[in-house]
Amino acid sequence: MTAVLEANGLGKRYGRRWALRDCTISIPGGRVVGLVGPNGAGKTTLLHLAVGLLAATSGTIEVLGGCPAGSPAQLARVGFVAQQTPTYAGLSVSQHLRLGAWLNANWDAELAKRRIKQFGLDPNERAGKLSGGQRAQLALTLAIAKRPELLLLDEPVASLDPLARREFLQGLMEVVAGHGTSVLLSSHLIADLERVCDHLVVLAASRVQVTGDVDALLASHYRLSGPRRDPAALPANQEVIQESHTDKQSTFLVRTTDPILDPAWTIRPVTMDDLVLAYMSQPPGTKNASHPGLEVIR
Amino acid sequence: MIRLTWLQFRMQAAAAAAALAVIAVVLALTGPHLAHLYDVSGITVCQAHADCASLSSRFLNQASAAFTDNFLLGFGNVVVAAPALVGIFWGAPLIARELETGTYRLTWTQAVTRTRWLIVKLGIVGVAGVAAVGLLSLMLTWWFRPIDLVNMNRLTPAVFGERGVVPAAYAAFAFALGVTAGVVLRRTLPAMAVALAGFAATRLAITYWVRPHLITPVQATGKVVESLPGGGALRLWPAAGPHGPAGTPVTIPGSAWVYSIQQVDAAGHVVHPVLRAACHRSQAAIDACTAGYHRVVSYQPSTRFWAFQWRETAVFLALALILAGLTFWWLRRRLS
Amino acid sequence: MIEFQLDTASGVATYLQLVQQVHDALRLGLLEPGDQLPTAQQVVIKLAINPNTVLKAYRDLEREGLVRARPGQGTFITRSLPGTDPGTQARFLAAMTDWLLSARAEGLGPDDIEAIYRTAVRSCFAEGVA
Repeated sequence: MTAVLEANGLGKRYGRRWALRDCTISIPGGRVVGLVGPNGAGKTTLLHLAVGLLAATSGTIEVLGGCPAGSPAQLARVGFVAQQTPTYAGLSVSQHLRLGAWLNANWDAELAKRRIKQFGLDPNERAGKLSGGQRAQLALTLAIAKRPELLLLDEPVASLDPLARREFLQGLMEVVAGHGTSVLLSSHLIADLERVCDHLVVLAASRVQVTGDVDALLASHYRLSGPRRDPAALPANQEVIQESHTDKQSTFLVRTTDPILDPAWTIRPVTMDDLVLAYMSQPPGTKNASHPGLEVIR
Repeated sequence: MIRLTWLQFRMQAAAAAAALAVIAVVLALTGPHLAHLYDVSGITVCQAHADCASLSSRFLNQASAAFTDNFLLGFGNVVVAAPALVGIFWGAPLIARELETGTYRLTWTQAVTRTRWLIVKLGIVGVAGVAAVGLLSLMLTWWFRPIDLVNMNRLTPAVFGERGVVPAAYAAFAFALGVTAGVVLRRTLPAMAVALAGFAATRLAITYWVRPHLITPVQATGKVVESLPGGGALRLWPAAGPHGPAGTPVTIPGSAWVYSIQQVDAAGHVVHPVLRAACHRSQAAIDACTAGYHRVVSYQPSTRFWAFQWRETAVFLALALILAGLTFWWLRRRLS
Repeated sequence: MIEFQLDTASGVATYLQLVQQVHDALRLGLLEPGDQLPTAQQVVIKLAINPNTVLKAYRDLEREGLVRARPGQGTFITRSLPGTDPGTQARFLAAMTDWLLSARAEGLGPDDIEAIYRTAVRSCFAEGVA
């Protein structure tokens, strides 16, 4: 699978503050990739860099093998839904579709009309009068109908009610199933990501903390609990991601590809929730934890 | 992109078209009457021979009575305000609104580059603004023609900026200023304020500091300057004889734009002599005191009206182009 | 056609739940050889899950020999589950009843029996662990 997004040492600085730093990732195609992290971690920055709304301060980024927003052809291959799904409040739904048709060479008008009907949007309603969920569906339709190879979505469901969220993800997964589109979806709601993502990138403190296929990540992380122990006493092949101690007991969340042989440990598998939270709460300045070995090479 | 720009712009275009239509109708209905008043006033005949002060003021009174002063004044204000309105309401929100509402994140990720997007938006709305103001000013220049022929004051700041082609150039500049302010400030309301203030300041600055230097003024030298009654004309006498000014005078009509009347010494330097009280006792005393000095009148004849119009148009268009270039650069380099 | 459900709180991987539901349907006779399973697209429209998950479940079922994917047509049941004949079931039912009676005689209550049962099932049927 060729990579849909390749970043090398990518960074973006505003004044003295780095919004994103030392980002080196290779996101495989044909997946639904979750970009997760707390607010201000750099998710929007990364997506805006990928789609050409921002220019990098350091490092490089390549999307579908080309420069982001380098040419109309490049822009046509990538669909984007920005945070809070901006739309033209004064234009109606059908006028937005015409906007899509005018500005995109590869516009699938039938698909767009079908989706609008499927989600019950009134074509003559002004976008300003739509509910948040309806606007999100409109924005997604605009991104999808241009038949992109890659869809980038910036927190598309953050401000939606549960029903609208579910409908949005249903619509999105339908597109993935039908067209094989690669998706990179950012969110700070882990529950939604668990349903739909098979590849994960965790961002925290403007750095990539971990990245890899969800199955591989879950298979290589364990929660160990047992009698109190110093983390330095653990074998070298077990990397401690999170630790907590009481006076009698220690609990560690470790990453290792080797079997755990110490009989003193109670070993429990790790859920995506635990894993993401553990990486998100790593103190800033921890070394970049993207290990290529974690990615499943198919 | 063209169709999208039109879709976003059509309300404003319709408003402008409606306003222009109303004004055109009013002018078309009233213009012929004013022209008729002028034709029957006899001024065309008298101007060839002598000054027509009384006929002129009678015509102007008739015009005032027919159209009331407010009406006449109102039209002038429209042409002064129109470029500013284009800058504030068409220029400032053009990009600023998209940046403010975040819709740029939708449009710049469709398959159209930022540069093309900007070119089309600037092109369509800018040309529309310039054309609208240009049309307005030409209509008004036509309507005011009789009054201008009587007043002969087209070069004065109050009138110059309301006639001919310069208002269109002002509109181009105001529009470009509004757009640039919008791109830099990223907020519509502050951009509108900057557009208004910047436009007013630039207009004033160019009117008083640049326009006088656009063409080198004519300089007439003489000994005595005489002010003629009714109309502001000047007569420049080459010599001061024993019984008053002598020689063949040069007449500078009231329609000329006089920069200055200066005292110049034999070497050509401007001097500001303070005539001592003693000099004022008699004509002979004055002559004695001013023996070595000449008077120089710097002025622009009114025939240079169109020369000034084109030059000032060029200045404002150049400014507009510079601002447009700045907008392109800012949008590509800084907004990243 | 079978309609899949998802229990997000159960802790069981999504694709395993799908496989389990196909097994249950086969056992209950809701699915028979020749029936078509929903397409990945149909499943994800309803459940909002990753289509790869559905494909993974179907691949597992194919490996077990229960279904076959026909390109361009869909995924179809090829045979029913083994070990569902009534004789075997009756035998195990009798063995289980004996076991329960002796457990009750030893003083184990329903909760103890449930805990033992769950632990045994987990360790016996958990993926890849003997």
